[in-house]
Amino acid sequence: MDWNPLLLSLEAALIATVLAGVVGIAIGAALASPRMPGRNLLDAIVAAPLVMPPTVLGYYVLVAVGRKSPAGRLWRDVFGSDLTFSFSAVVLAAAIGALPMIAKAARTAFQGVDPTLLAAARTLGASKRRALFTVALPLAAPGIVGGLMLGFARGLGDFGVTLMIGGDIPDVTRSAPLAIYDHVQGDRAYQAAVSSIVLTVGAVTILYLVNRFTDRDLDRPRAPR
Amino acid sequence: MSLDVDITVERAGFRLAVTTRFARGITCVLGPSGSGKSTLLGAISGLVAPTRGRVALDDVVWSDTATGVRVPVERRHCAYLFQSLALFPHLDALGNVAYGMASELPRAERVALARTHLDRVGVGHLAHRRPRTYSGGEAQRVALARALAMHPRVILLDEPFSALDRELKVPLIALVRLLVLEADVPAIAVTHSTGEARALADRVIRIASGTVIADGAPADLLPRAGHDDELVALTTRG
Repeated sequence: MDWNPLLLSLEAALIATVLAGVVGIAIGAALASPRMPGRNLLDAIVAAPLVMPPTVLGYYVLVAVGRKSPAGRLWRDVFGSDLTFSFSAVVLAAAIGALPMIAKAARTAFQGVDPTLLAAARTLGASKRRALFTVALPLAAPGIVGGLMLGFARGLGDFGVTLMIGGDIPDVTRSAPLAIYDHVQGDRAYQAAVSSIVLTVGAVTILYLVNRFTDRDLDRPRAPR
Repeated sequence: MSLDVDITVERAGFRLAVTTRFARGITCVLGPSGSGKSTLLGAISGLVAPTRGRVALDDVVWSDTATGVRVPVERRHCAYLFQSLALFPHLDALGNVAYGMASELPRAERVALARTHLDRVGVGHLAHRRPRTYSGGEAQRVALARALAMHPRVILLDEPFSALDRELKVPLIALVRLLVLEADVPAIAVTHSTGEARALADRVIRIASGTVIADGAPADLLPRAGHDDELVALTTRG
């Protein structure tokens, strides 16, 4: 049994979750502000990967970061190799899948924070930044962590975009979903079954943990200790 | 120390226009829901931007639409006791009270001061408990401790007793009056209860549809008989 595709998927999904987390939480915080102009349009653009066919999305990304694109040339100048058909492409594909999950969860979590608490923080001497980091972020944390977990799971399972921009190169871009496809094509039923079960158990575990995290409610009255 | 307010706030279908001076002591702003009481507090604290006008504490201008001055909310040092209290649910009582203290103080000193403030309002036992475990009166006391711990220049109280039963109101009104007067700064409390106003205020402003319709001593402006008047009898006036 070759575990490399699974390890590669885990590594790519972890890095992608960190990258998409930084961007997605910032986008979610911005989208939660009622004063942000065009926030519903931005939300739709960020969420588009959720509803677009993976091949279409992969095509756009390939055009955007391919070796002939400005971004692709810049990447080659900086890192000395192409972004496409590399491990970085697998990370990028996973991050694109994770970003909407994280941004949407963060937006919902920030919107759930009572604005009076932020106003109270300001009257108590907190700048907007301090109020964000000491009040909004801790209170939104359960929802954000849930979004990060979902984003990780989404990144772990990406197939279409990974194939389009990363290809299926053993030990370089062959992720677990691609390996399962190869096992089925190669009539290796045992390997296909084991990999599928591992991914399924991982996904269900993550969903369970998401439920545990997002079920916390600090405002819910509780009997005094 | 006095707070000069000369502002107009215009919103869709609503206009608040107030020109007055708040001296030391407690001024109750009395009026029905939607009359602009909370908007007035918002404009003073900086949470609401006046359409026109000026707010100044002594010689320090907090906002002036003519000159474009607008001191940020966090630099006005306005203690604001919200109607919902707005205690931070993720912090215990010590954390809530210490939140508004000067950040240059060492953490241990802030915690010790916070504990002193909690003890003063009679809820020292809540120090390490979070707001979801407080009763209504306890939450009110923690919020009061938090407001006073920041050494405010102005104290704003938005319907501070509206969520409390009469039994809890009486001692709290006395406590609020005592501590606010000790702070020796202008304090503005908005309420729709004449009983609360009579028990709390040194001065009463009646407001209706965004306009001041009366301004004077509680004895002159408040009706003698009212269902809340027993609050007055039960509350010790400082």
